[in-house]
Amino acid sequence: MVGALSPLSFYIHVPYCLKRCGYCDFNTYTPGELRNGGDLATVSDGYIDLIIRESNFVPPAGPIPTIFFGGGTPTLLEPLDLGRLLRHLENRFGFTEDAEITIEANPDTVTLEKLEQLKEIGINRISFGMQSSNPQVLKVLDRTHNPENVFKATEWAKSAQFEHISVDLIYGVPSESITDWRSSVETALSLPIDHISAYALIVEDGTKLAGQVRRGEIVMPDEDETADKYLLVDELATAAGLSWYELSNWSKPGGECRHNIAYWEGKNWWGLGPGAHSHMNGRRWWNVKHPNAYREKLSGQNSPMHEEENLTAEQIEQERIMLNIRLPRGLALATLSAEQVQSVLGYRESGHLDAGSWANGNLTLTRSGRLIADRIVREILL
Amino acid sequence: MPAIELSKAPQPASTNPEQIRNFCIIAHIDHGKSTLADRMLGITEVVEQRNMRAQYLDRMDIERERGITIKSQAVRLPWRSGIDGQEYILNMIDTPGHVDFTYEVSRSLAACEGAVLLVDCAQGIEAQTLANLYLAMENNLTIIPVLNKIDLPAAQPEKFAEELAKLIGCQPEDCLRVSGKTGAGVEELLDQIVKQIPPPVGDANAPARALIFDSVYDTYRGVVTYVRVVDGHLSTRDQIQMFSTGVRHEMLEVGVISPEPVVSKGLGVGEVGYVITGVKDVRQSRVGDTITTYHNPTTKALAGYKDPKPMVFSGLYPLDGADYPLLREALDKLQLNDAALVYEPETSAALGFGFRCGFLGLLHMEIVRERLERESNLSLISTAPNVVYRVKRDDGKELIVTNPSEFPDGKVASVEEPIVRATILAPSEFIGAIMELCQQRRGLLKGMDYLSEDRVEIRYTLPLAEIVFDFFDQLKSKTRGYASLDYEPIGEAEGDLVKVDILLQGETVDAFSAIVHKDKAYAYGVMMTSKLRELIPRQQFEVPIQAAIGSRIIARESIRAIRKDVLAKCYGGDISRKRKLLEKQKEGKKRMKMVGRVEVPQEAFIAALTTDADVDKAKAKK
Repeated sequence: MVGALSPLSFYIHVPYCLKRCGYCDFNTYTPGELRNGGDLATVSDGYIDLIIRESNFVPPAGPIPTIFFGGGTPTLLEPLDLGRLLRHLENRFGFTEDAEITIEANPDTVTLEKLEQLKEIGINRISFGMQSSNPQVLKVLDRTHNPENVFKATEWAKSAQFEHISVDLIYGVPSESITDWRSSVETALSLPIDHISAYALIVEDGTKLAGQVRRGEIVMPDEDETADKYLLVDELATAAGLSWYELSNWSKPGGECRHNIAYWEGKNWWGLGPGAHSHMNGRRWWNVKHPNAYREKLSGQNSPMHEEENLTAEQIEQERIMLNIRLPRGLALATLSAEQVQSVLGYRESGHLDAGSWANGNLTLTRSGRLIADRIVREILL
Repeated sequence: MPAIELSKAPQPASTNPEQIRNFCIIAHIDHGKSTLADRMLGITEVVEQRNMRAQYLDRMDIERERGITIKSQAVRLPWRSGIDGQEYILNMIDTPGHVDFTYEVSRSLAACEGAVLLVDCAQGIEAQTLANLYLAMENNLTIIPVLNKIDLPAAQPEKFAEELAKLIGCQPEDCLRVSGKTGAGVEELLDQIVKQIPPPVGDANAPARALIFDSVYDTYRGVVTYVRVVDGHLSTRDQIQMFSTGVRHEMLEVGVISPEPVVSKGLGVGEVGYVITGVKDVRQSRVGDTITTYHNPTTKALAGYKDPKPMVFSGLYPLDGADYPLLREALDKLQLNDAALVYEPETSAALGFGFRCGFLGLLHMEIVRERLERESNLSLISTAPNVVYRVKRDDGKELIVTNPSEFPDGKVASVEEPIVRATILAPSEFIGAIMELCQQRRGLLKGMDYLSEDRVEIRYTLPLAEIVFDFFDQLKSKTRGYASLDYEPIGEAEGDLVKVDILLQGETVDAFSAIVHKDKAYAYGVMMTSKLRELIPRQQFEVPIQAAIGSRIIARESIRAIRKDVLAKCYGGDISRKRKLLEKQKEGKKRMKMVGRVEVPQEAFIAALTTDADVDKAKAKK
């Protein structure tokens, strides 16, 4: 296989949560939702062994540059188990010298001791699901944690000597005022972190939130107000010395998440776990979604792969435009056709595209342009 | 059994007029005309039991579904009278039941000597039935009042017998009581038709004169023309001539319907049947015209011939511009069977290539549109219907405007619009609501009469334009569905009318221009601009929407520029999902129409051109 020895990143999915949040449509399950029932320890028993088993399907590759534990709630698993997996991967592929190993964490499910253990097994970057500092907003989101816990958790992470600490925020939540949002962002920026991600709340089909909105129990905020909140977080983060390196991500210099950058640059990665997506050299595939189906496949020594697609040259180009436009370097105009450049001239005039970089032959989004990135992509591609 | 075996019954071309009775049934939609007709076919045994199906005479799907008759039919029914034991031939002429087809109704009536006035005795007479009854009385037809559906628990035969008696000047006990459903009273009705309706009178030796009361295009046979012979006779050996055009045709076939076509040698005085001449277009064989023979032509046409005149116009556009040739073909085909349909190509900056079509009325418009969509599998956008305006300019020149966008921009000396006389029948509790509605629609009260203690007939003159715009739906909703409406054109009158244009970013959107009364221009402008503000998605820039009379802006809204159009998250699995979404959006982009720099989704056009009542109707259909 060509590129078999090129760098391969790993995503490891942990599909368990103690409780499902009302807005979440991720592939995650509470112990009660799983057929085999019982508490989490029973449910997740042997899970890491399944992941190890799937990793044996991976063809030989060079040293691993990045690993990302996502979920679900990866911090629900025992650090010892996670360590076992890391050692297995390290033995098979090796790690690059500066390998970035990230874990997503729920501020409620960590202790100083646990964080020290996670650091001990080699995890060097941690990302906390903070979402908001406002208890009312957290309640609408159906989140369990007390805002206090985020302070504690990030302080502990600092004393456990994680190299990079990040928090995730959600804006545009019903009932959240612009002042609430400002205070969430300011609170986040006062923590010992070098990275934040901020996402506008999306009402996903099939979630509890979608039902509440449909029945009129909850009214989604005006899009313009949500746009203002984006501008605010960008402004405050920039003032605090964090700059945007992707539409929804800001970091101090050197604090960028290299694992995510690999996604946006079309690099190769292997997703381990139920429903995980992978990409290798223009081929994408994804695993069976349900943990029980996943377990069944692997128990029979079968690949858990569910479906795949081989991208055409045109699709690869579409993805390049769609992903690169979200980055500060944008797209080189020389890589676009005359018609494509023509189609976005109006956005240059309206201030959605940066004049300076346009003059230097690049299409990059201004602040207001980032807010309509999808529209500009459609303009270029359709 | 009073039925007569067909072969033993009096034969076409040799039936003594004394034995013939020509009658029609006047009834409102839903009052059971088709069921009664079915029952008559059964009792006279012209249709065998095993071949019987419901609404036997309604040929088109649309007719069956909507329970209306669009085209008339004439069925020859042999019957032995239970009163005198003699043999008779009853010709039942089925008439269209709607206000748009008043002219066709009048020709069907002219082919008869009598009419069965059929009224549902749970509902009472309706406005259209009343209008057709008056037409029949004007034609000196013998009226037989019949109360139908006497088997219904809600039947009130006494009440409605009183009503009918008052209307036609008879005694309540003269009203027959039948049930088309059970067959009760139908034999007696047939006997009464024989007894009360006079036989046709004509001169067998005079030059032939036959009245065309319907003309139908058939894919296999060409045009089938339904006629009633008044004088002389028609036979297969004749060459026939249309009186109005003088055009000569070969006679390929003559026959009667019983109820399937039966070829005959000819048709004599008083007989009703069909002729086939090989003509391919109903406009060459028009309803109301007189057929005579080429070798011995009459010099005197039968009275009452009129060219159908379209009263309501609307632009029809294919949803997919590539379907334009298909729409043209479909219209050409439909016109073969619909002499009243007129159309010419037109171009709309907003909707592309289409046709401006003229119709007899709203139902005619709906039927044509539905047939085009159904029979040719087309998806269409239609512009809001409008009437014909006669515009006199300051320089004295006159202009006929059938499309609002053709209305002159400068000053005009006068504008004339069509006026109708409307008759509304309703329970008296709704008088206030009806008068209020008519008042809002620029109506003038002409009179009011009580049909019975609690039912009233209200007469108004109204501009047709006011009726064309959702009047009937409003009337129905204000009277909980109880009111019925009929109208007929009575001429033109000058009105204080202006054209309101709708502008998107300064560009006129021709499809939304409307001619309205000056006092209503503002309301129209506000309604349209706010509707469009909701319907048009936000664009990259702010889009002003304005309503204007000439250069004067009377209403204004604006669509704010879009500020947010991005999905915040884009990680591993989101990438495929996002690319697939893009591919889907490609389709949506195709359905956008550009108005200047503004992208308007087709759905927005459709929704803006549709009244709320239309939307409810569409929902009800589903």
